[in-house]
Amino acid sequence: MLCQSCKNKQANTHIKTIINGELTEMNLCSECAAKMGYGNVFNEFFDIGSLMSGFMGEAMTSALAPETKCPGCGITFAQISKGGRVGCAKCYEIYYDRLLPSIKRIHGNTIHTGKKLRKPQLQSGIPEKEDKTDNKVSGIKTLEYKLKTAIEHQEFEEAAKLRDKIRDLKANQGGDR
Amino acid sequence: MDKKWYELNGKDGEVVISTRIRLARNLEQYPFPIRCSNELRKEIVEKVKDAVLNNNSVISSRFSCINVDNINAGEKVSLVERHLVSPEFISDKGERALMLLDDESVSIMVNEEDHVRLQVMCEGFDLDRAYEQASRIDTLLDEHLKFAFSDKLGYLTQCPTNLGTGMRASVMLHLPALQSTKAMKKISENLSKLGLTLRGTYGEGSEPVAAMYQLSNQISLGISEKTAIENLKNITKQLIAQEMKTREALSSQLNVQDSVYRSEGILKSARLITCDEALKHLSNVRLGITTGLIKDISLDKVNRLIVEIQPATLIHYTGKPLNPQERDAVRATLLRNNIC
Repeated sequence: MLCQSCKNKQANTHIKTIINGELTEMNLCSECAAKMGYGNVFNEFFDIGSLMSGFMGEAMTSALAPETKCPGCGITFAQISKGGRVGCAKCYEIYYDRLLPSIKRIHGNTIHTGKKLRKPQLQSGIPEKEDKTDNKVSGIKTLEYKLKTAIEHQEFEEAAKLRDKIRDLKANQGGDR
Repeated sequence: MDKKWYELNGKDGEVVISTRIRLARNLEQYPFPIRCSNELRKEIVEKVKDAVLNNNSVISSRFSCINVDNINAGEKVSLVERHLVSPEFISDKGERALMLLDDESVSIMVNEEDHVRLQVMCEGFDLDRAYEQASRIDTLLDEHLKFAFSDKLGYLTQCPTNLGTGMRASVMLHLPALQSTKAMKKISENLSKLGLTLRGTYGEGSEPVAAMYQLSNQISLGISEKTAIENLKNITKQLIAQEMKTREALSSQLNVQDSVYRSEGILKSARLITCDEALKHLSNVRLGITTGLIKDISLDKVNRLIVEIQPATLIHYTGKPLNPQERDAVRATLLRNNIC
């Protein structure tokens, strides 16, 4: 069987995840498995620090050199990945895309639905769930972001739909001008 | 002063000893504790202290601040035994503090894994009451401290496992009957599929001492506080029903009656007793009381003893240092005086 992720190499890792009672199964090659953070999960399963670093995957971090530092606290993603601890609130903004896969794996979700005290303080690159503005440019940006996330999560049907939407919007935009 | 939570027997107290809500919060303008210098940690302690003690609310005058570095090792361990702080918190070296409500139902750890760990405990099975109080204090503190929050990820925490609500809701359960049927491993596996964690309170392993278990939610992002609490409530209710049904069946068995009455006898007459042995017998006596085998001992007394016989707490209340044998003797006396 070929790897479901790269569709190139032979799959040799079978991953089963159960989150909130929902079972997902994947067949991956060892490289893709490591990239997705299933590298060393099974060796040190009981320590949350190493569990997190297993989730985040060394392979992924070393590929992304040179390493940026969080302007809030100076931590690099490699350090977060190693210790399983995030440095400050700003880190969640700076490293959002790279933290998201492990957050999804831990919680099975990526959107907070509980108590909200105030308007959010972070003016981050995290787009709103619903794009309420009529601004097409920001609409496209949101869609592009969603597309990226969908690809990362291997939701290819969703990704195809988003790609078509973006193409249509871009075509319209050109027409308006 | 009001009785402490562990001196009372609450709702569904036959099975549920206590309920706990913990909220993890961080001040948005400071890095998380691992990236904080000791000076910054000090500033955070002062800010939280000010917010807790001077917030013009009715309960602020009932809080006291404990500087963890100023108390002796025994008192520190006793705080852990009374479930007021985590073991990590007392072993840490950096600047930190504990704010404690006079009846010990609310504790606020400053600079543990997160800047603020707010914990509300109450006797018996009462998740709604505990959450309501925790949320009220949380809102009050946020006005002064401005907690780090993002619309997408909720409350931002040092460890991503606490993102979202930052809430861990848990119940401490006494499950002697289910434990004796060797069903705990299977139950625990099934619970983890439902996003809940079941682990022993005293001692590691599949058969914890005194059959005390902690059941808590595992996931905090993408699930509201209300839903997480409802899930926990439903599962707890099922566990209570199962446990009580099994207890009823067990109580008619001669070998179970024998071990209940033997345990009562040991607690009434021992002159030296270790903590683990005492916990085992208190668990049996608890089972005896709830199945009607033992009539003249109250559950709240047993609950209180389970906490008071812990080594450091025992020393804390005795008020002088004790070697292990003296401790076993004091423990035996405490038990004889109360189980009579």
